[in-house]
Amino acid sequence: MTGHIVPKRTYVAVWITLMILTAVTAAVSRIDLGHGSAAVALIIATTKALLVILFFMGVKYVSQRMTIVMIVAAFFWLGILLALSMLDYVSRAWR
Amino acid sequence: MATVAVQRAEREDYLNTEYGIKSWLLTTDHKRIALLYLIAITFFFFIGGFFALLIRLELLTPAGDLVQADTYNKLFTMHGQVMIFFFLIPAVPAVLGNFLIPIMIGAKDLAFPRINLLSWYLLMVGGALMMYTILTGGVDTGWTFYTPLSTAFLNTHVVAAALAIFIAGFSSILTGLNFIVTIHRMRAPGMTWSRLPLFVWANYATSIIQILGTPVLAISLMLVALDRVFRFGFFDPQRGGDPLLFQHLFWFYSHPAVYIMILPGMGVVSEVVTCFSRKRIFGYKFMALALIAIAVLGFLVWAHHMFVAGISLYAGLAFSLLSYFVAVPSAIKVFNWTATMYKGSISYDTPMLYAFGFIGLFTMGGLTGLFVAALGIDVHVTDTYFVIAHFHYIMVGGMVIAYLAGLHFWWPKISGRMYPEGWGKLAALIIFVGFNLTFFPQFVLGYLGMPRRYWQYKPEFQVLNVLSTAGSTILAVGYLMPMIYFLWSMRYGKRAPDNPWAAAGLEWTTPSPPQTFNFDETPVVTWEAYNYHQIKEVPVER
Amino acid sequence: MAVTHDEVNPALRHHFADLEQQREASEFGMWVFLATEIMFFGGMFCAYMVYRYMYYPAWVAGSEAMDFWWGTINTAVLICSSLTMALAVHSAQVGRRKLLVMFLIVTMLLGCVFLGIKAIEYQGHWEEHQFPGWSFHFEGPDPQHVELFFCLYWGMTGFHALHMVIGVVLVSIIAFLGWRGRYGPEYYNPVENTGLYWHFVDIVWIYLYPLLYLISHQHPH
Repeated sequence: MTGHIVPKRTYVAVWITLMILTAVTAAVSRIDLGHGSAAVALIIATTKALLVILFFMGVKYVSQRMTIVMIVAAFFWLGILLALSMLDYVSRAWR
Repeated sequence: MATVAVQRAEREDYLNTEYGIKSWLLTTDHKRIALLYLIAITFFFFIGGFFALLIRLELLTPAGDLVQADTYNKLFTMHGQVMIFFFLIPAVPAVLGNFLIPIMIGAKDLAFPRINLLSWYLLMVGGALMMYTILTGGVDTGWTFYTPLSTAFLNTHVVAAALAIFIAGFSSILTGLNFIVTIHRMRAPGMTWSRLPLFVWANYATSIIQILGTPVLAISLMLVALDRVFRFGFFDPQRGGDPLLFQHLFWFYSHPAVYIMILPGMGVVSEVVTCFSRKRIFGYKFMALALIAIAVLGFLVWAHHMFVAGISLYAGLAFSLLSYFVAVPSAIKVFNWTATMYKGSISYDTPMLYAFGFIGLFTMGGLTGLFVAALGIDVHVTDTYFVIAHFHYIMVGGMVIAYLAGLHFWWPKISGRMYPEGWGKLAALIIFVGFNLTFFPQFVLGYLGMPRRYWQYKPEFQVLNVLSTAGSTILAVGYLMPMIYFLWSMRYGKRAPDNPWAAAGLEWTTPSPPQTFNFDETPVVTWEAYNYHQIKEVPVER
Repeated sequence: MAVTHDEVNPALRHHFADLEQQREASEFGMWVFLATEIMFFGGMFCAYMVYRYMYYPAWVAGSEAMDFWWGTINTAVLICSSLTMALAVHSAQVGRRKLLVMFLIVTMLLGCVFLGIKAIEYQGHWEEHQFPGWSFHFEGPDPQHVELFFCLYWGMTGFHALHMVIGVVLVSIIAFLGWRGRYGPEYYNPVENTGLYWHFVDIVWIYLYPLLYLISHQHPH
């Protein structure tokens, strides 16, 4: 938030969207989608997280490109941990 | 002498600007904090070294006759924990990096001076807890804390040791954070990324690893603590927990950790080699990129520590292949240092002797890393002295020698005094001989099958063990010498000029020692790094 | 270079050239710290993922034992607290001191509501013998794997709650200093950074909620 002042109504709009998405994810969880359930839940969670990051945390208006690089790098590194660990577990059953 | 005394009293520097213990313990001056770190890690080096000596004493004879088996487990555990977390990880970044980075980039201090001081206090608190652990019975898990031994089968101070390391890890994270923000935001005008000394690049790459890796160590230690204190089952096979999950989380940090330890040393070597070859570095861009590549690729290889632990064959293949990739940037650096020296005007001052030692010994250590990265060979040599020799060649032959190179190189700047050059050269030689005598036999021992972490061994291994122990005593003498003559020099050493080595770099444009705020006016940089072709000064006669 | 106004601003630390450099360093530093937090929690998400892959039915059973309504309400509470936190930062940016303090206090209160609800949940789980260790008891197949689920539940929500407590303390300190007039349009870094921390903790919960509370309901028994 670089001194860029986000208008209050933007915050309220994001809040409303987040509340709606929470209700949606709660409701959808009652439906049996098989393996799709996890995917849907995570997609909604990620959407909510992105809204918080971009608007509440001000990343949409941030002035330093390095900040974006840092955030992307952190999630990418978490991805490395998850992916390469799962590589072991998933391939243990292979011949 | 009187004239010098008057000059000295007239010029205020960071050492004499204020006296008193409070001015040191509450300082926010990065240079004073660097000295606080110097004292702390030297102390921890002695503790870790003491355990090493006990280990080598026990291994003089095949029988387990000096200590009990359980005690021996404690010796190698605490040697590893103290050396890694309280000496190697902080050494070059927190001592040399703290002192030099702001000056090298033309800044007045780090971005967050108070957090810098906090980092030191965290290391001290962690260290105090570690000392408490040692003095009240120690811990015997191995520095690697493998589960379920550490979570379910031991009665020693596992949680205390884990907590001590957790706190020290936080210290490391904050240092890395400070360096990253400083290097991004506090460079003087004209100090572009491509003009930065490679020492700064090296600490930058190190800081990336500290930021992204250390938190995973932290959580893995927390999970061990939960398993122990509350009988959680994260790693309990009876409840479906997988001990290997601990190893995945642990090594996700601990492999990149070895790059935390070596990258700053590589930065030092680049500074020293250029200065004592009177030449700019060969292949600056590749050297900088290689540092970043090592930092990044280093995160992709961790399960090469787990080849025989039970990971899938396919994971083993993947991690073995990736481990070969990470060797490439390191090799590029060795080639470029060599090319830098080619047709250079070489002088053999103490820092350069250490740099030569680094290049040779790091290469040997690195090449033997390729041995163990091969699945087939690793099955044979894993958990033997071959692996121990491999990593000691890099950690001691590489990292500690690079640290000594840096200490000698920048000692005039830090203390305002010259160390005695003759003694410096002698100590370097003794360390080189002692080191090789200690660790080369261990390659042979490992290949012949002597397991690590065993307190007794088959009689046919004794000769090599005796050689190794003899080497370790020589090494110890070599380490004591700089300790003594550095201290001696603070009182009796020749006063250092601003730039005794006629080196390039902003730190050499400041007085020895520098003022508290480093520069009267923020410098404006218009020259490239390592501009030795433009430097008109000559090195001081020694 | 710096405007004279900056040189007299007591908030400017000596090693920075001007307030803008200080603010940028402060913001960037906070994000670097949050990156470490992502990796810290990430380790537990890794454990969660591995064991969910290995013991999915136990994960379903464990999630079924969660209180769906408390979890949903808590998610809503945290989202509201993120709104009030953002509005607090906004108030600092426009120099509305009283509004800043009010929004910070409401944020704190909502944080306490979250922790109170968690306490109720923990109490319930404890009484149902769903705390791992000596007294764990679960009726159903593979109780030992369900115990593993609860290890992750208590571990992940426990560390999250610890971060919430720290957050509440931080917000209260900022509220006090804000009431003393420390922050205004030229200098509000601590408020902004506290906000970033608070939102981060909210995001962790945004992921914990579906991962812990919402697994089971696709398989009506």
